[in-house]
Amino acid sequence: MSRLIFLAPLVLFIVLGGYFAIGLTRDPARIPSVLIEKPLPEFDLPPIEGFEKGFASSDLKGEVALINVFASWCVACGIEHPMLMEIAAKEDVLIAGLDWKDPKGGGARWLAKNGNPYAFVGDDAQGRTAIDLGVTGAPETFVVDHAGRIRYKQIGPITPQIWRDTLKPLVEQLKSEGEAARD
Amino acid sequence: MAAEIGQFALIMALCAALVQGVFPFLGALKRDLALAAIGRSSALAQGALVAIAFAALTVSHAVSDFTVVNVVENSHSAKPFVYKLSGVWGNHEGSMLLWALILAGYGAALALTSRRKEPYLTANALAVQGLVAAAFLAFILFTSNPFERVFPGPADGMDLNPLLQDPGLAIHPPFLYLGYVGFSITFAYAIAGLLQKRIDADWARTVRPWALAAWVFLTIGIALGSWWAYYELGWGGFWAWDPVENASFMPWLAGTAFLHSVRVVEKRGVLKVWTVLLAILAFSLSLIGTFLVRSGVLTSVHAFAVDPARGVFILGILAAVIGGSLTLFAFRAGMLKAEATFDPVSREGAILLNNVFLVTACGTVFIGTFYPLFIDVISGERLSVGPPFFNATFLPLMALMLAILAPGAALAWKRAALKASVMRLWPALAAGGAVAAIAAWITWPKPIAAAAGAGLAIWVAGATLMDLAMRTKAFSLPLRDALTRARGLPRSYLGMILAHLGIAIVALGVLGAGVWRTETVALLHKGDEIKVGAFVARLVDVEELNGANYAAERAKFSISKDGRPIGDMAAERRFYPVRGMQTTEAAIRTTVAGDLYLTLGEQASQGAWAVRAYYNPLVLWLWVGAGVLALGGIVAANERTARKDQRVAELKGAQAAGAA
Repeated sequence: MSRLIFLAPLVLFIVLGGYFAIGLTRDPARIPSVLIEKPLPEFDLPPIEGFEKGFASSDLKGEVALINVFASWCVACGIEHPMLMEIAAKEDVLIAGLDWKDPKGGGARWLAKNGNPYAFVGDDAQGRTAIDLGVTGAPETFVVDHAGRIRYKQIGPITPQIWRDTLKPLVEQLKSEGEAARD
Repeated sequence: MAAEIGQFALIMALCAALVQGVFPFLGALKRDLALAAIGRSSALAQGALVAIAFAALTVSHAVSDFTVVNVVENSHSAKPFVYKLSGVWGNHEGSMLLWALILAGYGAALALTSRRKEPYLTANALAVQGLVAAAFLAFILFTSNPFERVFPGPADGMDLNPLLQDPGLAIHPPFLYLGYVGFSITFAYAIAGLLQKRIDADWARTVRPWALAAWVFLTIGIALGSWWAYYELGWGGFWAWDPVENASFMPWLAGTAFLHSVRVVEKRGVLKVWTVLLAILAFSLSLIGTFLVRSGVLTSVHAFAVDPARGVFILGILAAVIGGSLTLFAFRAGMLKAEATFDPVSREGAILLNNVFLVTACGTVFIGTFYPLFIDVISGERLSVGPPFFNATFLPLMALMLAILAPGAALAWKRAALKASVMRLWPALAAGGAVAAIAAWITWPKPIAAAAGAGLAIWVAGATLMDLAMRTKAFSLPLRDALTRARGLPRSYLGMILAHLGIAIVALGVLGAGVWRTETVALLHKGDEIKVGAFVARLVDVEELNGANYAAERAKFSISKDGRPIGDMAAERRFYPVRGMQTTEAAIRTTVAGDLYLTLGEQASQGAWAVRAYYNPLVLWLWVGAGVLALGGIVAANERTARKDQRVAELKGAQAAGAA
């Protein structure tokens, strides 16, 4: 009996280790956003250099859209960009860009070099709108439904796998919700 | 070229570590000295090879070789040269390589210093070290290779996280790792002792200097980290109970407990099982600390390496090291026999009580750190445990520990008279009570508990000094004779006195900066004033300036105290464009009584800045106390060797002859 007590540390460790193992299978980046299910905050951003149109929250009225936070200084955005170009070319979803804390002309040069997947681009040089949206870093992508509510927030670049497994099914679901609401 | 040399050296180091992890075991098993000696040579080879790999990565960073992915992701050609060097370990891959370098360094040091002592015990310990090293080298090579290339290399790098571009953080991780990894030696000896069913006074004497070294480094590392958080993060605090801070604090608590109980094993041959368990616990917590930071299981300001794939690998290492050692413990612990008995009221009893407090405190920190993870697993809910939890659980435990520390340290071994021991210390008790009363009066309406805490700190310091005075007869002998007696005291005793004084000083600093601080926030235009404590700071000007890789706003304040001008201070807010990050550089005016601490916030409207002003009493003593603690450890580690004792004996003989 007295020797059983020497097993106690091992048993305790196995229990704790089990919790660790389960905890690891969860995505550490899945930080809940307080804005999920809330209406998109109102904003009206000026255009970036050389563009005529800016980006206002009212531009998305009635549309299922992705709002992509990017910046020319953000390296991960460069990794994400080809995926955004592909979505813009092949898929039926509106993508809006929020150019975050970029120096003057930085966003325009970025789009001229890498291509422009965005229907609207707004210049958030001070990062004010990003604060309203609860942006934690770039790139980040918000999915907005037809009623102007934020439904999902993707932290980090959209990879082909994330698009295929998470975002595309979500966008399709939101579109059918939108059509159902119109009928 | 450097990267390829590094890569090759790392692969060779893994091979050396595997050799080190196998042959000495066999040597100890077969009682074959030649086979056991392979441990020494392979440990030295591993040390040299990892050093070459680390040097290779350092060269890649120093010359800004942007075809190495690690350099691209963490450096920039405009970064100051010092931070190009510290950037080597300012990232995941490099910091793991530093971990491996220190592990290999300890292994080599063990091989060099223990030539004659206990060949089989050391062989087993070296083999355990080798296996741990092999696991970490494999981790680096397979999941976190710092030598990966990218072709063609980009024109410039992504820069180092600006928070890390700071002298405090440049030297903080090496110290922390020297502490964490140092416990690998105590762990290795604990396993070796279990394998040979031998934990005795010799074992304790062999392990103690290593444990002290690790503990000293960890103490300095934690103090540096807290100092860095204090002046760089700009929120006026020194400790946030952040998971990464806790990760370094838990091994420190377990290590402190170990240092106390290993003394009991050395002196009395009891508490063996417990001491071995603490050795395993201290290193396990060091590994978990690494795991916490490197897997991102818990999100925090520090978790800049979020990658579950690596986490799974580290989890495997953890399971093997901790699970393996605890299994061995379960089988062998019953065979360790106590060599004596002791009365509950005795030095042994007091140390055991101290251990219970330290381990319980460690447990509360553990629960506070991991509870959010448990909740996430059970219900999928994300929450964080804040400072209120730790303040309500950890601080009372520490207060109890301080209360028993001084009389406990004065008790005799085996059996002691509690009443007499405590009564002897009445002046210290009276001084503590007086300080508590005065502190309560001055700081009212701040919490009374803090004033009581100050009284406890004085009680500890007073009783510790009294014990020293009684030992040296400072009250009855002339000063010179008392000093001679002090020199004759064992180093381990002097180290203990210093460490206990250090704890008392730290306690005062914690109370001052944690409880008695004052804070004001105001929106200032140029010429406006903000008042905190006895100080008034006037915002003179805000100018823009450019650093090597950042742009900054610098606010100049002129300071007056009680109406008299006492000088200027400047606080900065820096913007690092490559990373798109901001940092605050607080303006701090340090005195022995307390710090005036100013930070510059965002420009809220045209020409108005948010300014925070803090007055943090006694905060300097936090780091002075940590320094005294570390000094105590250093003194205790330099215990007289047999030769020195012999010299002392000769001196005494000469004196006796002179007297005759």
